[in-house]
Amino acid sequence: MNPSRREALTHSAALFGLLATAGLLPAHAQASWSQAAFEAKSLADAAKALGGGAPAESKDVTITGPDIAENGAVVPVGCSTALTGVKRMAIMVEKNPNALAAVFDVSDAVDANFTTRVKMGQSSNVYAVAIMNDGKVLYGVKEIKVTLGGCGG
Amino acid sequence: MADPMRIRAQSAAGGKATVRVLMSHEMETGQRRDSAGKVIPAWFIQEVRAEHNGKQVMRAEWSPSVSKNPFLQFSVRGAKAGDKVTIHWTDNKGDKRTDEATVS
Repeated sequence: MNPSRREALTHSAALFGLLATAGLLPAHAQASWSQAAFEAKSLADAAKALGGGAPAESKDVTITGPDIAENGAVVPVGCSTALTGVKRMAIMVEKNPNALAAVFDVSDAVDANFTTRVKMGQSSNVYAVAIMNDGKVLYGVKEIKVTLGGCGG
Repeated sequence: MADPMRIRAQSAAGGKATVRVLMSHEMETGQRRDSAGKVIPAWFIQEVRAEHNGKQVMRAEWSPSVSKNPFLQFSVRGAKAGDKVTIHWTDNKGDKRTDEATVS
């Protein structure tokens, strides 16, 4: 067996492995989960992936949370708006590895007001984002300082 | 099967009910490493659905940056005492959990 043939075989085996991994990945991911949005690094990218336009700051969308969070693993935050015609509400943490933390689909039967707890790796701006039915993206922002990071254990 | 959720639904002013849910889930981020330096795979709740008397009223998608043992609070319009509120979640390993509470 000549060495170049052996090399070619190894390469194709490696390539096949890569392809198999790539092919398997979508099967694992759930179709309903907005993977692109959750992999986005910034507010604008995530808003786009969720089907909105360019984000604009608005007084009508509020984010609630502490000024200083002692434990970054558990930071209580809330997003709310009194506006009508809201399609989705999202909570984003600017300096987390992936900005988007949670998205809520708003229906007529629920208020556009959600409270949860998120992890924060470091002090960062936290956004409450409202994606309107007409595609507009409005946000409210608050800086939360973290004394102990929530990622990395 | 994961541990049950704790759900409290209380009727509030304006014909609404405030629903508070505490789920029991590890919410592993996929960013941490174990003592051998290997990445601990992500394990988190991806989807949460809420139903009011069997009709879906809210759906949420979560990332691993929601805290361990997640807490969620929201209000359901038009829910009154005696109504049923059901919460479902699904994690990225396909594990599911459904629990129900009555509005008080």
